[in-house]
Amino acid sequence: MKYSSQMVAKPYFIFALILLAGEIVFGLAMGAQYLYGDFLFPAIPFNVLRMVHTNLLIVLLLFGFMGATYYLIPEESERELWSPMLAKLTFWIFAAAGVATILGYLFVPYATLSASLANSFWPTMGREFLEQPTITKVGIVLVVLSYIFNTTMTVIKGRKTTISVILLTGLFGLAFFFLFAFYVPQNLAMDKFFWWFVVHLWVEGTWELILGALLAFVLIKTTGVDREHIDKWLYLIIAMTLISGLAGTGHHFFYIGTPGYWLWIGSIASAAEPIPFFLMILFAFNMSKNRRIQHDNKIALTWAKGTAVVGFLGAGVWGFFHTLAPVNYYTHGTQLTAAHGHLSFFGAYVMICFTLISYAMPILRGRPHGNGPKSQKVELASFWMMVLGMIGLTLALTVAGIMQIEMQRLPDAAHALGFMETQAAISKVYMVRLAFGVMVLLGLLTYFYSFFVKEEKAYA
Amino acid sequence: MSERITKNMARNIYFGGGLFAILVFTGLTFDTVKQIPKLSHDDKITASVALGKKVWENNNCVGCHTIMGEGAYYAPELGNAFQRLGGGDEEVFKTYLAGWMAAQPMDIANRRKMPQFHLTPEQVTNLADFLIWTSRVNNQEWPPNIKG
Repeated sequence: MKYSSQMVAKPYFIFALILLAGEIVFGLAMGAQYLYGDFLFPAIPFNVLRMVHTNLLIVLLLFGFMGATYYLIPEESERELWSPMLAKLTFWIFAAAGVATILGYLFVPYATLSASLANSFWPTMGREFLEQPTITKVGIVLVVLSYIFNTTMTVIKGRKTTISVILLTGLFGLAFFFLFAFYVPQNLAMDKFFWWFVVHLWVEGTWELILGALLAFVLIKTTGVDREHIDKWLYLIIAMTLISGLAGTGHHFFYIGTPGYWLWIGSIASAAEPIPFFLMILFAFNMSKNRRIQHDNKIALTWAKGTAVVGFLGAGVWGFFHTLAPVNYYTHGTQLTAAHGHLSFFGAYVMICFTLISYAMPILRGRPHGNGPKSQKVELASFWMMVLGMIGLTLALTVAGIMQIEMQRLPDAAHALGFMETQAAISKVYMVRLAFGVMVLLGLLTYFYSFFVKEEKAYA
Repeated sequence: MSERITKNMARNIYFGGGLFAILVFTGLTFDTVKQIPKLSHDDKITASVALGKKVWENNNCVGCHTIMGEGAYYAPELGNAFQRLGGGDEEVFKTYLAGWMAAQPMDIANRRKMPQFHLTPEQVTNLADFLIWTSRVNNQEWPPNIKG
């Protein structure tokens, strides 16, 4: 570790991992409720489980990004973080607010939360992924602003690199588009249209800039390839992100009351959305092939390559499956959407957090060359358990989606099965999904164990 | 291929392409915002429809159901509930919905459960009006059939 202020990243990483464990546990509970409707009911109904599951994901990724930024920015800027104190303070505020919100979801009926003063003064609740009470949303804005301010000050006062500038661009975009979470028009079609400004323009826009910058940083560190080369790739990747991803938002504007031209624009632009993810694969494997150094932290590079590959599969391939309007007409709102959502969030964003944690945590724990070989072996096992578990889960949901389309969507009204009958008919597939979910949790527990593996002799 | 592209070229593609994409998307956004009121029959949003949307949001209905295909996939699509469950008749639909909401949760072992939301009769009417309005939004004839 070159700068002592990089240390503030540590609690962010640890907390992100704890939240991930929570997210997976709630995911398993949902998987069980899919099969046994009485499981946990009425204590925790499905909508509450889901809200906790998805909100934990968003918050854990924000913690992961913040930790990654605080680790990377001092090194990129060649100076200490502008205010380590502010970063520490923000951690505790964000963690406390996050925990309080989750407890609120679990122990207070949602209608009571939404009737609270702060929400009825400016109602923003009850929309997918943006279920947080208005006061929590305001808190998120303040936390993110302090995070961006701290990062910007550090970059301004230090060395400016392509990586740090692109990371900052992504962060400003993240903050800007979140503001649409505060706009809830009474027209549902308009509401849905601007809702995607947060959701799509985060995950298929600004977050990809953050992802690219983080990936580039780890590749520089673990391969020793020179910056000119890395920067060029990074620019190409994010150029394709913006060119395909912005108009690509249109693939969400097919069937929600928006004009018909989106059927064409959304299909064509989003058909190009796999390109930046494919470039990421070329990027990671090329840099790895042309590496100038043999870094002892091999597992970090494995995560980096894994991010590129699984991100491409989840976001690129599974996204492309149903991105063309005539196909989406039948797939819209089926388990196929869930399949794509799971593999893309895991592959692109959860895995980039693992990449950073895997690279930075050993250093923060006083092991500049990475963990010892035994620990890395355990971590590699956890890598494959989680990756294969997520791919298995995604394949199961894909089969479920295809069966759902065959039974419920394709036949005419007289022959099509209803929603509940269709769900009953595919319950066996949900069993398989749940089993793979358990595998992911075991993988994460194995990953946790890798932190505590003792090497036979001190590893220098 | 990457050998022929320099860092400066890549940067120019990013700035040029990015700016172009932002301009196109912004332009389309303005046009869409202009068209949505007509496509969705904005003038038919009565006080009851607006209140119904609040009932929908305040009880996190989207945490289980989809509406126009968006939401969770645990429970049936409700964008066309008016046609599927009310046969396109407003009175029939309102009576059906009131009965349905009162009957939750249903006592069938291990069927997926819908909680009891304790809505007032007015709130149920508002919710029905909201779903009726939603079912009339021009959304390119989605879903493919009445089953949603």
